[in-house]
Amino acid sequence: MKYIDEYRDGNLARAIAATIAEQAVAGRHYRFMEFCGGHTHAISRYGIEDLLPANVEMVHGPGCPVCVLPVGRIDDAIRLAMRPEVTLCTYADLMRVPATAGASLLKAKAAGADIRMIYSPRDAVLLAEAEPGRHMVFFAIGFETTTPSTALAIGLARQKALTNFSVFCNHVLTPSAIRAILDTDHLPEAERVQVDGFIGPAHVSTVIGTSPYRALATQFGKPVVVAGFEPLDVVQAILMLVRQVNEGRSEVENQYIRAVTSEGNVIARRAIADIFELRDSFEWRGLGELPLSALRLRPAYAQFDAERRFEVIPAPAADNPACECGAVLRALKKPVDCRLFGTACSPETPMGSCMVSPEGACAAHWTYGRFRDRAKIGAAA
Amino acid sequence: MSLPRLRARKLDIRSGLVDLSHGAGGRASAQLIDGIFREAFDNPYLAQGNDQAVFNVPAGRMAMSTDGYVIWPLFFPGGDIGSLAVHGTINDLAMAGAQPLHLTASYIIEEGFPLADLQRIAQSMGRAAADAGTAIVTGDTKVVERGKGDGVFISTTGIGLVPAGLELSGDRARPGDCVILSGSIGDHGIAVMSQRGSLGFETDILSDSAPLHGLVAAMIDVAGPSLRLMRDPTRGGLAATLNEIAQQSGCGFRIEEAKIPVHPAVLAACELLGLDPLNVANEGKLVAVVAPAAADRLLAAMRAHPTGRQASIIGNVTEDDLHLVQMTTSFGGGRILDWLAGEQLPRIC
Amino acid sequence: MCLAIPIRVEALLPGQMARVTLSGVSKIVSIALVENVRVGDYVLLHVGYALTRLDPDEAERTLDLMHEAAVPGLSAIAGYGA
Repeated sequence: MKYIDEYRDGNLARAIAATIAEQAVAGRHYRFMEFCGGHTHAISRYGIEDLLPANVEMVHGPGCPVCVLPVGRIDDAIRLAMRPEVTLCTYADLMRVPATAGASLLKAKAAGADIRMIYSPRDAVLLAEAEPGRHMVFFAIGFETTTPSTALAIGLARQKALTNFSVFCNHVLTPSAIRAILDTDHLPEAERVQVDGFIGPAHVSTVIGTSPYRALATQFGKPVVVAGFEPLDVVQAILMLVRQVNEGRSEVENQYIRAVTSEGNVIARRAIADIFELRDSFEWRGLGELPLSALRLRPAYAQFDAERRFEVIPAPAADNPACECGAVLRALKKPVDCRLFGTACSPETPMGSCMVSPEGACAAHWTYGRFRDRAKIGAAA
Repeated sequence: MSLPRLRARKLDIRSGLVDLSHGAGGRASAQLIDGIFREAFDNPYLAQGNDQAVFNVPAGRMAMSTDGYVIWPLFFPGGDIGSLAVHGTINDLAMAGAQPLHLTASYIIEEGFPLADLQRIAQSMGRAAADAGTAIVTGDTKVVERGKGDGVFISTTGIGLVPAGLELSGDRARPGDCVILSGSIGDHGIAVMSQRGSLGFETDILSDSAPLHGLVAAMIDVAGPSLRLMRDPTRGGLAATLNEIAQQSGCGFRIEEAKIPVHPAVLAACELLGLDPLNVANEGKLVAVVAPAAADRLLAAMRAHPTGRQASIIGNVTEDDLHLVQMTTSFGGGRILDWLAGEQLPRIC
Repeated sequence: MCLAIPIRVEALLPGQMARVTLSGVSKIVSIALVENVRVGDYVLLHVGYALTRLDPDEAERTLDLMHEAAVPGLSAIAGYGA
């Protein structure tokens, strides 16, 4: 597969990793956070950690829109789906996410809710057109990569003058989340972020460009390297971060030059701005309430806003108190540091955001990497 | 003077539908069985017209297996629910080393199901059985009300004779044993997914649904006593099968991703939907665990067979008290193949 | 987040749509977010919408830079700007 296979060359990766080992200063510890769940997944799935020297460590960030979706919003979606006239259209990622009292979209479907898995928001619009007797609610999630698609789908629904289509909007913003991770100086020592640099999201950046990261890099003095999703991209980006740290730089660099520009996709951003506006505040699972971090439909599009049409009243729901997702998302703890990891909490019975999706730090570690814990336990014994 | 014979109306296969009378055991049922199933399965047992098949049983160990088929869509690239059902049961017997002796088939049909589709499925089953040197010797049909079935559900049972001297079981894998995969993975699951509405796509990928008894016979011929077990990685894919064996045998695995054959189109479809071929269903492949000394000749025998041309030694059994299936990725790093809780679903994230 | 794959544009269709293909797997998707798409272009596909065009020159340059980085004793990585 062109533009995919060539960036999965293991030999080249090992050679670049050798350069990382050479460049990483002995005695110095480098901790980098990949913000985006897609990078978490790539690192786990390809075993990239095995290639890195011991003093270069990757920690996993909150860039997984499924993971950061609060339990209360899933409850809201289930309630919408249980309405007899509603068909809930959703990405498959959300089907198994546990809500309050062990509910989930999958279980709601079993109980009779009309829930359909779709590939594209466009398909939800076409379904609304094909089934005028049903009201299609599209369960929209995602960072800036996915928001333009929702925007265009709403535009299409308007063009077709559909009255039976609306969107339950949970789109969130990347810079806000990165800021929340970094802005910890006001917190006690134990809760301050301990990261030397970031791997910036690949496809979010095709939309927003690299400029939004500059203010963050400067303000917090951490380098950001925007990287593609393929394993060679990630390894290359890690080398670039090591170099920045060694040289005391905190710049924004773009490794994903084949797809990302500094200005991003203007058409996409215009589409987003046309349909959506900022919410004052939005709850993120594991991170709490973040200001100006999420989107809702503009009043002009009220008829396509499921929250307005069905009078959805937010009902926040709490996570298990023993859940350490907040600390894991901020790289203060590793999955194995959480009491619930592998005991009460597993991909089958996720307790918190880090386990609910295959990209979450805990899920990725469990699914691909937990064999490494044995080595550590063995070494300590 | 003789009474006029009632002229039976012929089944209107072209445009007729299955209705509740076809499952009621009366004349309509008999007509359905005659017109569709007996025609398609064409064997002396069915021709007798009894509710059971009576036959002699050879001496030795018998294997018996049963399965239900609820696949949707019923017709997919490379197969249909009928041939799938026949192959599936033949393969379950084959995994015990058995050649299929006789099969049964029972149908639960939804009211309103087109007779033409039922005939198509039945003929497909008849052909699949005949091609494998076996036959459906007895069966049953029931009809449920509209809305209470998904077109048709099929259940098949099969019996077969296990050759003497063969000891195959999921708990027989031992550290050091070799693991051989008979061919490419992911074909069936992706072929079916390609037809699934919003998640669908255009492709030439065909389901790999096929009977494995011929391949198995060749394998037993060359390495019977050295074989520990065979299993076909159906639902859950290769990852599930390896994990099952690891649990049963109390061992681990070390697998090399680069040795696992996957068709480029299957890889592409998995990229598109965010699936891992290792979790995708197969219906014409098997995994064999064999003593290391016999691995090379077993591989050669498999590759010489039409159903095993892409056979590959993909790894070996390890000592592992955690029963992990570890894999070296083509990239060179390490990961485990996890045992998924449910079916893997496509993802956007 | 954001599974997006590079895929080749095989045909342009009305309504800002296109047929795209990867190793024989095809879908009809929207190209409304990308300007001046031509047959033969590679785009990044995410949930049925092309997000951007892939730049073949930059793709080539990326591989060159990777090969450079694989050389021992490297003192600088040229070429990646902000």
